[in-house]
Amino acid sequence: MRRFVAKGVVGIARVLAGGNVRRVGFTPDERQRIYFANHASHLDFVLVWAALPPKLRAMTRPVAAKDYWDRPGIRRYLGVKVFNAVLVDRQPAQSSPQTAMDILLEGLGERHSLIIFPEGTRGDGSTIAPFKSGLYRLGKARPDVELIPAYINNLNRVLPKGEFVPVPMLASVSFGEPMHVGEDEEKNAFLDRARNAILELRQW
Amino acid sequence: MVNMIRDRQTLLLFGGVLGLLLVATIIGQIIKLRRPGDVVDNLNARIRAWWVMSAVFALSLLTGGLGSVILFAMLSFFALREFITLTPTRPADHSALFWVFFVITPLQYYLVATQWYGFFSVLIPVYAFLFIPSRIAISGDPNAFLERSSKIQWGLMVCVYCVSHVPALLMLQIPGYAGKNARLLFFLVVVVQLSDVLQYVWGKLLGRHKISPVISPSKTWEGFIGGILSATLIGTSLWRVTPFSMWQTMGMAFVITVMGFLGGLTMSAIKRDRGVKDWGSSIQGHGGVLDRIDSICFAGPIFFHLTRYFFT
Repeated sequence: MRRFVAKGVVGIARVLAGGNVRRVGFTPDERQRIYFANHASHLDFVLVWAALPPKLRAMTRPVAAKDYWDRPGIRRYLGVKVFNAVLVDRQPAQSSPQTAMDILLEGLGERHSLIIFPEGTRGDGSTIAPFKSGLYRLGKARPDVELIPAYINNLNRVLPKGEFVPVPMLASVSFGEPMHVGEDEEKNAFLDRARNAILELRQW
Repeated sequence: MVNMIRDRQTLLLFGGVLGLLLVATIIGQIIKLRRPGDVVDNLNARIRAWWVMSAVFALSLLTGGLGSVILFAMLSFFALREFITLTPTRPADHSALFWVFFVITPLQYYLVATQWYGFFSVLIPVYAFLFIPSRIAISGDPNAFLERSSKIQWGLMVCVYCVSHVPALLMLQIPGYAGKNARLLFFLVVVVQLSDVLQYVWGKLLGRHKISPVISPSKTWEGFIGGILSATLIGTSLWRVTPFSMWQTMGMAFVITVMGFLGGLTMSAIKRDRGVKDWGSSIQGHGGVLDRIDSICFAGPIFFHLTRYFFT
């Protein structure tokens, strides 16, 4: 049943946004990965998820905001059951950054991959905000996991911030070359490099 | 459905298309053996896509009316999606676009299915025309207002209103032709698509003089004349399945092919302006849905009205 619903969601995403995927120096396989992408729409993780081969989808978990997805009803069903999301609290007051990192590392485990949005919040699609440090700390804690940049184009027009109903519009996902945090790379230098990797994918 | 299968002429038409596809496939494979390369790979991708498109079209015809209404509704939806993707809309257009995709487009095809001609012919040119700018005005963003409203309206006219005239052929009541209208649809689609293919083939074989190099470098006078003439002749040979006489069929086929050419040229001009080669990439080798049906957009309404005016 869950698989059926997942297929349905992928189908709806395809009808709305098309199925355009570009791979620039990236080959999907079963290695553990952290996909990081720009964020402009609630549908972002669905599109990245749908852009992976079906076999990899089952092992790939989106990281999502707990306050939005952990609500009774359809959101929790989709978020927790169908997409197996790793839910993180966005309010630093309620949980220290350390525990959020613990949740991410636990979600990654020994066989899963993650989809994260290092901007932390949705933008308007025209610019990419500076990245939060989570990506850097994940990369430091798990140097064995490849970090894959992904640029999502045009999806902000399908479902812009503040709108409730989507409209059909062709979007695309471009995956770039795997990266790692350099051994003595500074936090900000790495975050800039990661952000630039997504910006570079824009030209594809 | 049973009627269509028992009907000998319809079967002959399908057989003709099947034969053409077989010949094309064999030729494609022979060229591939003799001169492998990108050009022939693209040709073979196109031929494979033709098999799928012909099968889908044939199935939709076999179900009688409803199947083709649904097929063309889906084509309109995907074509409009491509069109709006390349149209610079603003966030304030979101609601208007929602109505365009999920209310106006289905309603137009509902009117085709229920054969309500009066409303069908004014829904988009009158009601949608007034609705879209009003809805955008309510959203309150005056930037490039007229440009945004008119581009959305234009997309709706071409992708939905024009295309919906193809299944609307089913609602025409032609004396002595009751229950056979699906053949008109077949006639239109086959002549338009053959004309596209033949213009491409003649152009590749003999093309020298470009018609409009800036807008479409692949369109040549040789391809145009050869394609129009040969497609008109093949169209004329189908006159027995139409309600027209042989000469009338020739006239119709000629008008269809010329309109198809103008559709392709016009849609190319838009693509040029937007700086793209294709509208999308959903049909292998062909580009997007709109790349495949641009000629039908222009031929459909004219063929519909000529038939409606002179034969009903």
